[in-house]
Amino acid sequence: MSHLPVLPVLILLLTAPVCLIINRVNVAWLMTVLASILALVCAWQILGQVLSSGPLTYALDGWEAPFGIEYRIDLLSAWMLFIISLLGSLVALFARQSIAYEIEPSRQVYFYVAYLLCFGALMGVVSSGDIFHIFVMLEISALSSYTLIAMGRNKLALWASFQYLILGTVGATFILIGIGLIYAMTGTLNIADIAERLETVEQSRTVITAFVFMTLGTLLKLALFPLHLWLPNAYTYAPSVASAFLAATATKVALYLFIRFTYTVFGADFLPMSIILVALGITAAVVGSLIAISQTNLKRLFAYSSVAQIGYLVLGLGMANQTGLTSTLIHTFNHALMKGALFLSLGAVVYRLGDSTFKEFFGLGQRMPLTMAAITIACASLLGLPGTAGFISKWYLVSAAIENDWWLLAGVILMSSLATAVYVWRVIDAGYFQPAVNTQRSEAPIVMLAPMLLLAFANIYFGLETSFTLMVVDGITSSLLGGGQ
Amino acid sequence: MPDQLAYWLIIGLMMIGLYIVIAHANLIKKIIGLSIMQISVFMLYIGIAYVEGGAIPIIDANTILYSNPIPHVLILTAIVVGIATVALAMALIIRINEAFGTIEEDELAAGAGEQ
Amino acid sequence: MMDAADVAFTEAAVGAGVSTLLLLKTLALTRRYAKPQKQRNWLALSIVTITGCLLIYGTSDLPAYGSADAPAHQHLSAHYLEKSVEETGVPNVVTAILASYRGFDTMGELVVIFIAGIGVLSLISPTEKVKASSGLFLQQHTVLRIVGKMLMPLIMMFALYVQFHGDYGPGGGFQAGVIFASAMILYSILFGPEAVRAVISDRVTRLLAAFGILLYAGTGFAAMVNGGAFLDYTFLGSEQVAAQLLGILLVELGVGITVAAVMVRVFLEFDQRPVIKLPLLKLPVTNKGDR
Repeated sequence: MSHLPVLPVLILLLTAPVCLIINRVNVAWLMTVLASILALVCAWQILGQVLSSGPLTYALDGWEAPFGIEYRIDLLSAWMLFIISLLGSLVALFARQSIAYEIEPSRQVYFYVAYLLCFGALMGVVSSGDIFHIFVMLEISALSSYTLIAMGRNKLALWASFQYLILGTVGATFILIGIGLIYAMTGTLNIADIAERLETVEQSRTVITAFVFMTLGTLLKLALFPLHLWLPNAYTYAPSVASAFLAATATKVALYLFIRFTYTVFGADFLPMSIILVALGITAAVVGSLIAISQTNLKRLFAYSSVAQIGYLVLGLGMANQTGLTSTLIHTFNHALMKGALFLSLGAVVYRLGDSTFKEFFGLGQRMPLTMAAITIACASLLGLPGTAGFISKWYLVSAAIENDWWLLAGVILMSSLATAVYVWRVIDAGYFQPAVNTQRSEAPIVMLAPMLLLAFANIYFGLETSFTLMVVDGITSSLLGGGQ
Repeated sequence: MPDQLAYWLIIGLMMIGLYIVIAHANLIKKIIGLSIMQISVFMLYIGIAYVEGGAIPIIDANTILYSNPIPHVLILTAIVVGIATVALAMALIIRINEAFGTIEEDELAAGAGEQ
Repeated sequence: MMDAADVAFTEAAVGAGVSTLLLLKTLALTRRYAKPQKQRNWLALSIVTITGCLLIYGTSDLPAYGSADAPAHQHLSAHYLEKSVEETGVPNVVTAILASYRGFDTMGELVVIFIAGIGVLSLISPTEKVKASSGLFLQQHTVLRIVGKMLMPLIMMFALYVQFHGDYGPGGGFQAGVIFASAMILYSILFGPEAVRAVISDRVTRLLAAFGILLYAGTGFAAMVNGGAFLDYTFLGSEQVAAQLLGILLVELGVGITVAAVMVRVFLEFDQRPVIKLPLLKLPVTNKGDR
């Protein structure tokens, strides 16, 4: 029997206690990198298998579903596994010096333990076919996120972590309420089983309420406007490596949950979500971009940029057509690449220059040319310039709006890109056209440069060579919209 | 509908908890509110599990009707998640207090604004 | 009253016990009085009212409280009640589900405890060696000390009983771990944390916390090696029920060990945190990294 479906999660989760036993930082880092790469290899294998022969299932504890917990990996799950593990590995590789610089020595091992647990739990959320197991994994990722964020150098990291804890737990409690109500109406916890059984009780008030609560909880974790309040502080004050990892993966997993609940469990046309999603999405996109313009700290600037990008992700869903869904699914990948590259680059700047405000950024092009190049490429992708991956997602998004004859919306999307251009220009301008205070060259070390540049170039590669991305995403949309799993 | 009375009481408790989380500025009080909310969700689950005339779900030869064991299992796990959150939150509060000298949200937000 | 013995047991130990302990400790370390609230928070009230009404609306067509033929009781639940003795050999259906049918969830639960411990350690474990404090803890309360010393072994025995009897009565690894930890906490309150550390050093709690999870997973891997899925206990032996019982025993042991270790360590960490007099003066800038 193939144990592949559970391997990534097991490898990551179980390396954590081993790191704690050994309790040496360099060994912990090495083990983290190895476990991450192994997980990536497994995810790649899984993606290949699912593409060729359909969803993979695995009955944990030996009991067949729905009596035991089942892992069920369809194309959507496989896609998420790939994205999370790709980012997780590259960030882990980058981490060594960044963590050594930013975190108290006696606590560095705890960072790697928490990182592995967060990473493994996120992988678990997207692999599981059992609704309560998803909740448990989600909370593991949440608790480890709070831990990771609180380790930031600035004491405000503690406050950011606490805010996230409060909002995240309220969200989790809402999801728990939803799960309880669904169980009350169906008697089962297996997602496929629930979908079947819901058909008979679909319109009951309990089920509708369950859907509302699960959506609310998920949107809180997704940081969709106006429930985004925890995100800017969390990304700004967390250790750079944690910001990179979380920005690239955690919100995507919340998005996955939303898609999974909406399409697989409840059925796509369950409630008039479309209008709400469009309204919230476009507001997030505009407001996020506008606030980003006035920021002085670059981490905070890109955090608000993430709020805007999450708006785009939700907007794609709100279009309620295949093109929109395609945009969202492609952008899940692209945004991970962009923000991964950006936050890692900011981590390199912090490492070499001490902080990530505009003061450090003046003349960065001279002092850290390769890092600045990575930032420029990632920013181009963020803007959606042709030739970058970001262009592809924007193209689909605007096409989806046009398909619905929502010309005004398409216009607003393009205008929000203008706002993006403004803050992107501030960054580029500071880096290349402002004189540096101190022109000494101090480029980032190679271990940090490699993952950063890899991610940056991936933005260009996947902007030009789209066949892989499109093949996977088309498979996902047809299975989701076709009503199958 | 006295039928649903038990559920209404539970919902009432839940909303009290939620109110405390949102409205009170003291961090410890917020966590207490969070706990109240979580406990009421547990009671909701147990309420769903309850079978009138049923026994504790430990099988013995003389009993036929049992209450539903699944929500019990789910809650045991949820309780653990709850205290894990409380433990983390308490440690955070202690550190926040040492770093800022206060555990009131409005004072903290004002301090953060100056950064 | 609602026939949820295991849950009541756990909530009593954990909710009433551990939560209160942590809250009290935090209050002691911060301050006991909150600032008085100034005025009614209208936004909060409206959010809460809307949410409450939504929930009441939503639960209005739930099956009546206590009805025996609600959909929740069919299907999975009925199956477990019918088959658990036959398939796992365990009459306590909650334990059977927790440790066998949904064993992977319980491993997740263990990871949750573990990360809580890691989180607490990352936040409040001392960054430099802490000098042992002079231990004058409750030494004048002779009655307490003597009774405490007598109670401790009894508590620990009870913990062991709960651990292994969880198959037949309410109980299991988690409750046992908490009870065992409470014996240690009692000892700490009476004789000081250094006394506990002399027996269970920081190194021990660290290793045991990790070990419990690895024991749990190890059982899972043993099943895999023998040809089954992860945590499929049937593959641990030749006869199904015996194999299931062995698997359940091992994993519950793993749970008990990690839970006890983490609980003790978390308490000790909270206990050794020095109380700082407020208001804080600006600390001199010798601290690395702005803390």
